[in-house]
Amino acid sequence: MSADGRVRPHYREFAQWLAQQTPDAIERKRAEADLAFRRVGITFAVYGDNAGTERLIPFDMIPRIIPADEWSLLQRGLEQRVRALNMFIDDIYHEQHIIRAGVVPAEQIYRNAQYRPEMQGIRVASDIYAHIAGIDIVRAGAGEFYVLEDNLRVPSGVSYMLEDRKMMMRLYPELFASHKVAPVEHYPDLLLDNLRSVAPVGVIDPTVVVMTPGMYNSAYFEHAFLAQQMGVELVEGKDLFVNNNAVWMRTTRGPKRVDVIYRRLDDDFLDPLAFRADSALGVPGLLSVYRAGRVTLANAIGTGVADDKSIYPYVPAIIRFYLSEEPVLNNVPTYQCRHAKELDYTLANLAQLVVKEVHGAGGYGMLVGPASSAREIEDFRARLLARPDGYIAQPTLALSNCPTFVENGVAPRHIDLRPFVLSGKTISMVPGGLTRVALREGSLVVNSSQGGGTKDTWVLEQ
Amino acid sequence: MLSRTADHLFWMARYTERAENTARMLDVNVQTALLPQSEDAARQAWRAMLGISELQQAYDRKHESVTQRDVIEFMVCDPSNPSSIIACLTEARENARAVRGTLTTEVWEVQNQTYLDLRRRLHGGQLRADPSQFFEWVKYRSHLSRGVTLGTMLHDEAVHFMRLGTFLERADNTARILDVKFHGTPEGTDARRDFYHWAALLRSVSAFEIYRKVYRDVITPARVAELLMLRADMPRSLLACLDEVVENLREVRNDVSSETERLAGQLHAELRFGRIDDILARGLHDTLTQFLQRIYELGNRVSRDFLVPLAA
Repeated sequence: MSADGRVRPHYREFAQWLAQQTPDAIERKRAEADLAFRRVGITFAVYGDNAGTERLIPFDMIPRIIPADEWSLLQRGLEQRVRALNMFIDDIYHEQHIIRAGVVPAEQIYRNAQYRPEMQGIRVASDIYAHIAGIDIVRAGAGEFYVLEDNLRVPSGVSYMLEDRKMMMRLYPELFASHKVAPVEHYPDLLLDNLRSVAPVGVIDPTVVVMTPGMYNSAYFEHAFLAQQMGVELVEGKDLFVNNNAVWMRTTRGPKRVDVIYRRLDDDFLDPLAFRADSALGVPGLLSVYRAGRVTLANAIGTGVADDKSIYPYVPAIIRFYLSEEPVLNNVPTYQCRHAKELDYTLANLAQLVVKEVHGAGGYGMLVGPASSAREIEDFRARLLARPDGYIAQPTLALSNCPTFVENGVAPRHIDLRPFVLSGKTISMVPGGLTRVALREGSLVVNSSQGGGTKDTWVLEQ
Repeated sequence: MLSRTADHLFWMARYTERAENTARMLDVNVQTALLPQSEDAARQAWRAMLGISELQQAYDRKHESVTQRDVIEFMVCDPSNPSSIIACLTEARENARAVRGTLTTEVWEVQNQTYLDLRRRLHGGQLRADPSQFFEWVKYRSHLSRGVTLGTMLHDEAVHFMRLGTFLERADNTARILDVKFHGTPEGTDARRDFYHWAALLRSVSAFEIYRKVYRDVITPARVAELLMLRADMPRSLLACLDEVVENLREVRNDVSSETERLAGQLHAELRFGRIDDILARGLHDTLTQFLQRIYELGNRVSRDFLVPLAA
């Protein structure tokens, strides 16, 4: 809907179709979708729940529709942002021009828990660090997009983007006949191509693998899915070993050399010799091979230095610094509580703001002012005063709505969009991304671990 | 293929086959129990059932007496019994889940659906209401699992390791059934009772009609043994299983597997060129006991050669 309450043009056809559907028919389709997701086993494990508990992520059958011109703007902005972020990480681990120029304060790098001194001076293939980026975006008005968060470590959700599309095409083929929806199914192809393009220098026919922490990880379905779709091995740490300055996997026919590892576990767990000694998920010695440039890790170690909420406010300046361009996509105005004035503003306006932990993730450790009780707000005030540099604050205005099926029919719910941007020799992406939806009325939290759902994202072709 | 992946595939197939075999044996016992027989004989039959799977002790620890209901519950839905159907199908599905990316969507969906349906069926009380229907269902899901594997998977290493799992498990099971039934052969000359005894054995491996077709004669123990040990065209016979084991081993051969191939080939040749009269003269029980040991050893060797990741 637009501000004046009319259906926006690119939703008109869908709205007409929807008006002709009976609630019963919709309910039947919804049950069919649930059953299919369950049978396919598209589930995610829930931390803190009983071990092995598998849940379905609620799937909403009203697609989020993005017109072609808005997408081309988004695409331009995403390319620009990810290009600049890659240059930033490269610079941080080498000459550090941006620090010397005074654009980003040195303490924001060195006091950042995600900064990896081990990476200082290391050359990575093609100078690419964030091979797969998931950029969370909200829309405020026509052509007005705000980036909420840059996810540069191990962003998840691309399998839901693909499975949601498959489900929609299966349930409502007639809709695809009447809408020109840009396809996204070639994502695994793009990903494989991208991973092969960043193999270590001199490797002609690289062996790519996907590395997972294992089947009890909440995103295990996605890891298995991507490995299968790309036709590469899905490995765990125990399947790999380091020998003779190379990484090998244990196969039924003996060791096989591995060149590119799309790793879906955090830096901390990669190599017990270098990082957490108690990690059984990693590969002892991996870092030494990596530093020698004889294996590629995607994403690179230490990319987290750039997706932290403490760096986020600087991204527009980062874009201007490296590319000498104005940012296409806006940042949500952000108050850094480590600055006294911005802390004062935040404390005075807690009830209107979203306050996030600088290093938090998954929608935990945050305050959503408008949806919080006086007690929760006071509790957060105390936390802010105790450790102001651990928090940032943002206005809540920026989350867009999309019609969504709820208990009592169709109602607006907050959504965001996570497009997946691939960086290799070139930057590529499929049109669209994962749309997450906050299913509870008034909620701004779309994370699946917090009861959020997903819906198919349609980018319309001209 | 990753050693770990091969290991999961091997055990996925083994557990599926094991669940099927358990269902087969239980079903035949349920059918037989419908015939007029003394309580003692019935108890004997259910005890033999536990014996085949080497579960007497585990059962006795939990139950005071042997009753049909308790044995069935123990072998179908007791999760603490690692050979129970629920334990096997859960393991099969967990193994499949660990390598779901290696399986075709259809193979994974069959495993997953089996697991989901199993819980629903047991919860819904089908086992008590109509045990035979439940066992039919388990067998059917196992057929489906094998069929969808052959029908949709690339016939590469993945399939070979699954086949190895299936046929090592099946060889083990057929040998056990034969051994127990021969061991417990009723003494005396009650021809009618003999008939039902051997017919039950044949039915438990879907061989009753096949027996008629092959021999066109009355059922004798020697022919039953011959059919289930030495007939290459009888799909659950020891020879048919070894045919598959040898062939699939050859397909996955690596630098360290030649001794395993040799042992499998030797066992295969003994069945291929063996005569039932010689086997009976030497003693069936001894032959089968030895056979089970050799199958066990083959399983271990497959693990050692291919599945357990070796250090660098």
